[in-house]
Amino acid sequence: MGQQVRIEVNGTTHEREVDPRTLLVHFLREDLALTGTNVGCETSLCGACTVLIDGEAVKSCTQLAVQADGTSVTTIEGLAQDGELHPLQTAFHEEHGLQCGFCTPGMILTAVDLLNDNPTPSADEIRQGLKGNICRCTGYHNIIKAVQRAAEGGAS
Amino acid sequence: MSGVIGTSVKRREDAALLIGKGKYCDDFTLPNMTHAVIVRSPYGHARINSVLTTEAAEHPGVIAVFTGRDVVNSDIGGVVPTGWLLPGIKTPEHPILATDTVRYAGDGVAVVVAEDRYIARDAAELVEVDYEPLDAVTDVLAAVADGAPQLFEEAPGNISFDWDLGDAEATAAAFDRAAHTVEVDLRNNRLIPHAVEPRGCLASFDDTSGELTLYVTTQNPHLHRLLMSLASLNLPEHKMRIIAPEVGGGFGSKIHHYPDEAIASFCSMQIGRPVKWIATRSETNLTDAHGRDHASHAEIALDAQGKILGLRVKTHAAMGAYLSTFAPAVPTYLYGTLLSGQYDIPAIHVQTLGVFTNTSPVDAYRGAGRPEATFVVERLIDMAADATGLSVVEIRRRNFVSKDDFPYQTAVALAYDSGNYDGAMDRALELSGYEALRAEQKRRREAGDTKLMGIGISSFIEACGLAPSQVVGALGAQAGLYESGKVRVHPTGSVTVYTGSSAHGQGHETTFAQVVADRLSIDVDQVEVVHGDTGEVPFGMGTYGSRSAAVGGSAISTALDKVIAKSRKIAAHMLEASEDDVVFEDNAFHVRGVPSKSQGWGDVVLAAYLAHNLPEGLEPGLEETSFYNPENFTYPFGTHICVVEIDSETGAVELQRYVAVDDVGNVINPMIVDGQVHGGLAQGIGQALWEHAVYSDDGQLLSGTLLDYAVPRAHNLPFFETDRTVTPCPHNPLGVKGVGEAGSIASPATVTNAVVDALSPYGVKHMDMPLTPEKIWRAIHRNGG
Repeated sequence: MGQQVRIEVNGTTHEREVDPRTLLVHFLREDLALTGTNVGCETSLCGACTVLIDGEAVKSCTQLAVQADGTSVTTIEGLAQDGELHPLQTAFHEEHGLQCGFCTPGMILTAVDLLNDNPTPSADEIRQGLKGNICRCTGYHNIIKAVQRAAEGGAS
Repeated sequence: MSGVIGTSVKRREDAALLIGKGKYCDDFTLPNMTHAVIVRSPYGHARINSVLTTEAAEHPGVIAVFTGRDVVNSDIGGVVPTGWLLPGIKTPEHPILATDTVRYAGDGVAVVVAEDRYIARDAAELVEVDYEPLDAVTDVLAAVADGAPQLFEEAPGNISFDWDLGDAEATAAAFDRAAHTVEVDLRNNRLIPHAVEPRGCLASFDDTSGELTLYVTTQNPHLHRLLMSLASLNLPEHKMRIIAPEVGGGFGSKIHHYPDEAIASFCSMQIGRPVKWIATRSETNLTDAHGRDHASHAEIALDAQGKILGLRVKTHAAMGAYLSTFAPAVPTYLYGTLLSGQYDIPAIHVQTLGVFTNTSPVDAYRGAGRPEATFVVERLIDMAADATGLSVVEIRRRNFVSKDDFPYQTAVALAYDSGNYDGAMDRALELSGYEALRAEQKRRREAGDTKLMGIGISSFIEACGLAPSQVVGALGAQAGLYESGKVRVHPTGSVTVYTGSSAHGQGHETTFAQVVADRLSIDVDQVEVVHGDTGEVPFGMGTYGSRSAAVGGSAISTALDKVIAKSRKIAAHMLEASEDDVVFEDNAFHVRGVPSKSQGWGDVVLAAYLAHNLPEGLEPGLEETSFYNPENFTYPFGTHICVVEIDSETGAVELQRYVAVDDVGNVINPMIVDGQVHGGLAQGIGQALWEHAVYSDDGQLLSGTLLDYAVPRAHNLPFFETDRTVTPCPHNPLGVKGVGEAGSIASPATVTNAVVDALSPYGVKHMDMPLTPEKIWRAIHRNGG
């Protein structure tokens, strides 16, 4: 019944047999024990589950693992390089861009994609770029500032 | 180090959260773990004729299926209690799984336990429940109308309680002699909390030891343990360990004891394996305790000079289908007591009816009663300004409690401890450039601008730092509201603090470390803060009601007093000085007047643990616990001002500026305090403009997903302009008041006042939230626009 997938996650290639209905987020969280990717709504509406697939921000709660076959996935666990935080991670810390932290992995990965597309966004462009991700704690104020800070530091 | 209080120390919590290593409830996996899915009523009100579980139970991978009957036939308590009683209150039983009747869409009827969550969900579809639909009632006023469907025989008219406060006669007399009176019927819209992490739990019962370990999304693990021990499970407290791991936001919704954690625990006790239950978003929206949902008739009486003589309010407050944990307190003692606002009002009377409806239960949600009170008062004040011809600023100033009149006894039980209401108003007017805004508005109106500019102001008060235990006990609380703090000094001088507060995003690990570091003059990195685990922390009451700094922080502070008192005895002994002459300063004990004689903190701490030479009768070690019981509530206040622009052709509102001046007393970490204000503002603005939990008349939640319920998103909000005045709380050792709820309390009224101000040329006096484009367009165009 299972289907073979080959997915690179954070630089490591995993070949697994998965139930075809397994959601990508559950493959990451349960098969690979990468629990940094959170599930907030299962409907692509809150963005907590956002990961990068071949560099593009994708909501992993409405994507099947088999759809990710042959791709390269980056989760929040794979963003820091050689123990050094990504500039967005540093900026979220410096600007107090997180409180409970549940939306943070998805928010940061969405911002990575945003800055790749537009390295010098205005505040309005950041707000538009992040509108698919809900944060209930910060009122977005410090999240926007964090992305601005990372952009100013050349995060893309 | 001393001086660390008042500085924006960056959060230590972030390190794990930023790299995906924060462990929330769903991130835990235990050996042999199973998954539960709860079968819920699709009807708002129905009789259960039968529940057939055979097919579900036979589904491959299913371990067990339980119904309400199985709970009744077990030896657990099987009901969730309410924790606040009022005189004459009706408290119908709330079973963790329904047996005969379901009373809201989402009421649990059965639970399926399976090897994985996919199988459990499949099998839940196979449980056959034969429902006989009954008439439902979801609107709070419809529920008290003659002939309304009745939820409980024991609560005729769907009334749970009929409560009042204040002097009805004196208030009536005030209205009799008033030069001006204004009245309004208003609604406070029902809200769904929407913590981004859905509720969930992982229960593991060890049937050899009889011990239950429960990871649960909670703001107060000890309260959960107490209620589960007393009512839902009947397990002894010493056999229960409740752990709040990382909790992904709460806003009140994770205070309450829900049936779900008792159901998962029951399943684990039955099958002898760990059981995980995690709500889906639509499930958490159906079953989380909602907020607000008031219908009020409110009146204000003023003399010819615009001085308020009296205020009278009658409120119908929805309780939903059952009384949740603190539900009866929210529209009574957290609401009626706040109806004096920042104003000197000689006579107030408030009556609140708690009303059962076929909806999810209603309970505390960020602000809990205080946003509702602020909305009533601040709307009435604006309407009174209109009636008296005074400006919205002047009428407030004429009625503010003067800063020289504290402590101030209100007509509704509270004694405000300190305040400077004019000061906060002055700063907000200055920061917003208020005069220039009004001039711009006048100019644009005269020019016939189709973009309607509105300016809103709200001066609010809240009662936080919940709460003096004797007082709340007299008012019906079934628990005390003190907090615990334990300070364990290690032999080498570093410190571990155990707090009964239970953070879920507030940054207590950082803030409380600052409190300790400041006091002992040690580095913040020398302080560890432990919370959220009944296995480690002394009994405590958790985090809600903006209480953690004021009560939890004070508990740590008073435990530090004890630590310093004991170490001073040891230092005096070492210095061969009188204890009275020894002072603790800059991480060392000094003999007053003898600069050469001192003992460092580290030496004294080590001496306490070596115990080779201690003062006679003194025990070794250095560890102290305090249960801090506040002597009063704290009273944060402030004035907020916002600017909106309404497109008269579409009715769309753009929030252009939001200025918040808050007085939360002393501030431990300004960065964190600002963050709390921002988050509260977003929620309150959301209530004002977009958020609304809507039920159909037959009990379906029509706004149950994030497609239909509009949580504010990044592009909906501006940057906030925040500032503070500082009037310390006079009765707690840190002088702090609490900040978690301020933004959500002030902003619904601020934004509504701005929208009504923008629409005032069209004769609009009041509008209920949410202020949707359709409602606004209709208001503009009802007279042909």
